[in-house]
Amino acid sequence: MSPTRITRMAGERKSRVSTSVLIQVFVAGTAILWLAPVLFALYTAFRPYSDTADNGYLGIAQTLSLHNFSTALSELPPFYWNTAIITFPALFVTLLFASFVAYVVSRYSFRVNLPLLVLFTACNLLPQQVIIIPLFEWYNQWPLPQWLGGGDYGVWFDSYFGLIMIHIAFQTGFCTFVLSNYMKTLPKDLDEAARVDGAGVIRHFFTIILPLCRPALAALATLEFTWIYNDFFWAATLMTSGDKLPITSAINNFKGEFFTDTNLIAAGSLLIAIPTMAIYFALQRHFIGGLTLGASKG
Amino acid sequence: MGISGEETRLDGAPRKRRPIQLPWQDRITLGVMGGVPLLITAGLIIAPTIATIYLSFTDWDGLGGMSSAHWIGLDNYRDAFGSDPRFWPAVEHNLTWFVFLFAIPTPFGLLLAYLLDKKIRFSRIYQSAIFLPVVLSLAIIGFIWQNLIYEPDNGLANNLLGTTTKSSDFIDWLGDSSINLWSVLMAAGWRHAGYVMILFLAGLKGVDPSQREAAAIDGASEWQVFRNVVFPALRPINIVVFVITVIEALRAFDLVYVVNYPPGTELIGLLVTGSILGESSRIGYGSALATLLFLISTVFIVVFVTTQFNEREAGTGRFATVQKFMAAFSSARLRGGNR
Repeated sequence: MSPTRITRMAGERKSRVSTSVLIQVFVAGTAILWLAPVLFALYTAFRPYSDTADNGYLGIAQTLSLHNFSTALSELPPFYWNTAIITFPALFVTLLFASFVAYVVSRYSFRVNLPLLVLFTACNLLPQQVIIIPLFEWYNQWPLPQWLGGGDYGVWFDSYFGLIMIHIAFQTGFCTFVLSNYMKTLPKDLDEAARVDGAGVIRHFFTIILPLCRPALAALATLEFTWIYNDFFWAATLMTSGDKLPITSAINNFKGEFFTDTNLIAAGSLLIAIPTMAIYFALQRHFIGGLTLGASKG
Repeated sequence: MGISGEETRLDGAPRKRRPIQLPWQDRITLGVMGGVPLLITAGLIIAPTIATIYLSFTDWDGLGGMSSAHWIGLDNYRDAFGSDPRFWPAVEHNLTWFVFLFAIPTPFGLLLAYLLDKKIRFSRIYQSAIFLPVVLSLAIIGFIWQNLIYEPDNGLANNLLGTTTKSSDFIDWLGDSSINLWSVLMAAGWRHAGYVMILFLAGLKGVDPSQREAAAIDGASEWQVFRNVVFPALRPINIVVFVITVIEALRAFDLVYVVNYPPGTELIGLLVTGSILGESSRIGYGSALATLLFLISTVFIVVFVTTQFNEREAGTGRFATVQKFMAAFSSARLRGGNR
């Protein structure tokens, strides 16, 4: 190797090192900038109002306390509960129905399969505003018995049942698409074996196919939990009783009503965001890793 | 195919399984499994869509059942295009929403994904940080930005710039109608960039490294490799990102609703809900706006569905392909999906 070649390579390595430092700085800077609003909320939430009044919101805190969190927590639990009443049944039924449809379209060859799948997929991409007006009117007319939570009006409107149903309708399409792709990859022998054993459709589905879909179901459950928890639109339009609102759509009422100062608002916002952030950090493998890892093999 | 003992037709395509072989009990069970979810979708999504289109041609005020609606032809549409002073600003804002998301956070997300894909140190930590806003709902984001960033005296923005109400150059981020759309878009872009980044990261992992290396050995610069090898290979993801960005802009609602939709931030989606929740209950007019949203979104949904299903048919059905679609689709919904 000629000396000039060697110096050139050394030079290249040097420039590559400085490029990678630049990239580190740029990406790290972006990450910090992206976290800044959340970190600022966290910092503010830990400071009593008096401390920010004395030292300013950007100043160095003299006292930190959990007081804002405990005050906010004294108001929030009923709203967490409302969210749970809506989210868990909706999540469960969505995954169940989606795996039903996915099973039918991926393990059998009916002529309606592809149109069915396209329909389900297309429906969940519609902007919610497209259907809200008739839905709002019908929800005000469709009767709902008291034991299903019909409430004061005895209709779907302002009921947990109504919200759960629209979540199921809107989320099933996405889950069906993912699950049907997943189920297609399972070997056909599984069907043959079951048929030889004389297992009916129900047994084949519940004892053989569904257990094999656990990874896809786990990933979908984390994503769907987040989406349903984060719903604002349906609850804002199809609920009217302030005390029945799920926590995400109740935030509009919090300011002034419960949360009086910015510090308390910061603590409240973080507490509202904690369940989805916790799911994200705890199950990141499912949330992103699970989604992106597979793509690398493609 | 041969291993599973399936017959193969002369043209090489696997013979279709014949449903006739199924006992009738099983066929009924399968019908119920597919039928019940279909019924729910038909009743809660398809029927309302059709009703929306029908109502857009009527003068219904929401009283006395839908049968009392009178057919008025295109009057609602004429009102929208001709006389509602909020309509064209709303169209402009939705369009701005799209152009902004498409022009700034989307390329920025691609850049971040490209840099993170270089296997730099702490890549996972950076990813987690930048993706974090995506798991927050737009409602909470609006709440945090309104009360902690844009609050006139206590917010981060004015405190950093020294432009609180005490100052002569006070900036009213959400109140000033000449800038408040951009203030809201900052928050929307904050979320969109992380979301797009994850999508592109998934796409970049699928780009064949040997092609890159070959181009690099041929003496192509990094930019040339990106332009001629990497970016074309990202085509499927590009389509997904494009459609998502359009749908996102059409759905735009929560963020603005939470900050109490000050003048300057009108959006089509808000005008639609205003017709049922607001002071005036002009159902027919609101439906006309919703129908316009439907028509525009349908164009892009068709693009999305055809590309996704074409690729699906062309794909080999391996697990990897499934995962890629999962990534693509989840993204479609993450954005709010249903929010």
